[in-house]
Amino acid sequence: MEKDFNHQRKLVYDRYVRYLFIACAALMTIIIFSIIFFVGKQGLMTFQDVSPAEFFFTDKWNPGMHKYGALSFILGSVAVTLLAIIIGTPIGLLGAVFMSKIAPKKLRDLMRPAVDLYVAIPSVVYGYIGLTVMIPFIRIVFNVSMGYGIFVTSLILSIMILPTIISISEDALNGVPKPLEEASLALGATYWQTLYKVIIPSAAPGILTAIVLAMARAVGETMAVQMVIGNTPLLPTSLFSPTATLTSDIVIEMGNTPFGSAWGNALFLMALVLLVVSLLMILLIKRIGARRYA
Amino acid sequence: MNAKLVNKIAICILWFTGFFILLLLCVFLGYILYKGLPVLSFDFIFNKSSDITAGGGVGGQLFNSFYLLFLSLGISVPIALGAGIYLAEYAKDNILTKIIRLSIESLATVPSIVLGLFGMIIFVNMMGLGFSILSGTLTLVLLNLPLLVRVTEESIKLVPKSYREASLAMGATKWQTIYKVVLPSSLAGIITGIILTAGRALGETAILIFTAGTTVSRHMFDTDVTAAGETLAVHMWYLMSVGLVPDRELIADGIGALLIIVILLFNLILTIPLRIIQKRMGIISK
Repeated sequence: MEKDFNHQRKLVYDRYVRYLFIACAALMTIIIFSIIFFVGKQGLMTFQDVSPAEFFFTDKWNPGMHKYGALSFILGSVAVTLLAIIIGTPIGLLGAVFMSKIAPKKLRDLMRPAVDLYVAIPSVVYGYIGLTVMIPFIRIVFNVSMGYGIFVTSLILSIMILPTIISISEDALNGVPKPLEEASLALGATYWQTLYKVIIPSAAPGILTAIVLAMARAVGETMAVQMVIGNTPLLPTSLFSPTATLTSDIVIEMGNTPFGSAWGNALFLMALVLLVVSLLMILLIKRIGARRYA
Repeated sequence: MNAKLVNKIAICILWFTGFFILLLLCVFLGYILYKGLPVLSFDFIFNKSSDITAGGGVGGQLFNSFYLLFLSLGISVPIALGAGIYLAEYAKDNILTKIIRLSIESLATVPSIVLGLFGMIIFVNMMGLGFSILSGTLTLVLLNLPLLVRVTEESIKLVPKSYREASLAMGATKWQTIYKVVLPSSLAGIITGIILTAGRALGETAILIFTAGTTVSRHMFDTDVTAAGETLAVHMWYLMSVGLVPDRELIADGIGALLIIVILLFNLILTIPLRIIQKRMGIISK
């Protein structure tokens, strides 16, 4: 009987441990919902003072004069993200193809930790390199007076998103069944033809996922962007004119802003825009993943 | 152009890209170390920073960086283990599991500045903790959690099914199996994940500016969690954006090198023995 009691106790213990694990997992859901709720609540309070049309469609940002038009920040974020994707995707994708299909095993084993190191470099360090190396360089090469702006920001971001594009695309490329590749080669196609007619199309959902995640990273990147964008709340006139993004402006202004003021709330609304964009990207990835090719 | 020539050119471009990626990393790391290593000295690393005059160190910031890191890992690792074990061992393929997975993915994608602002609302203002090490720690936990849950789940899933079956067949309960068989086998993988997460958290800035603040305690090695706690990465940003000290570029160079050294240490030296252990145990095949 003694033994049986012991066993019963263990089974009860087993059940409670399970509840504890469920609680830990459920905490993740609680956290994300409270982020949406609190940032949303604080941000939406902006609309007590500012009309949505003014916030989203005008570019006059002057909190001293009660002008809260965030268009220049929104366009700034969109511009640097798209340009970073345009520069970074080809490099990242080619790198992934190289690692997955061409590189000898030893080189591949060297490149994997190298790609991880790109992620590990802190974003302030990227920003610092942009500030101290790239901007002086751009001043000379393009003969511009300041060098701050969309161009240098996109350049830095395109490097920062490389690891995301490389590692996820590489996984996708590795997942392409070998017989597909062999069939194409056996039909007399060259390796390159096989790559872009067979392998890359069948890895397309994974590559798209990589690009969307890279966009999410680029749009949310803050420190590196703030250091090189120029921090001027104006619509950019060229790739080399100082402007601002949603993230960079939050960092610059949040410190001087009374919590709960219209100004502070407008910054929270900008954070809410970022949050909604990143959540939409996750949903987009789910859609891509669900639509499997063959 | 004939197909064979195109093929050759394409392969050349692929090789070139591969080397470009490696080279760019070497240039980045090399540049930071080249600029920063000469600045590093005992005084620089352990002395207090100065607000106005040249010659300040980064001792306080260095201490705060690791203090915040360990506190935040201390909170996030147990929670992440629980959630990771649940997802790998218990979760059924139902709507609840789907919601939890979606939450983790979303949390991993939330920009860190948004997490920082959330921390500012909840911990700094609502809970009245102010700009403090405690606020910073709790917000940093939010950044660590999704990464840690993912590595825990993946490491546990790598443990062969036969291990579990053997343990269950001996009459062990599910929890006994997890605790005595599954966790020890996946430990090397989990620790690798923790170290990689630590490396990322150490360089994190956006999340800490509005939660841990940009000032350092007057006392060296102050373990008071209610004091403001500027970290190395935050200090580097602060110097370059609003700093007043005349030698700010030198200090930033030094901090850059210090961060890179610690991260290289975390990423390469600490994780290599763990990967070897994993290979020996047959958990990851090579």
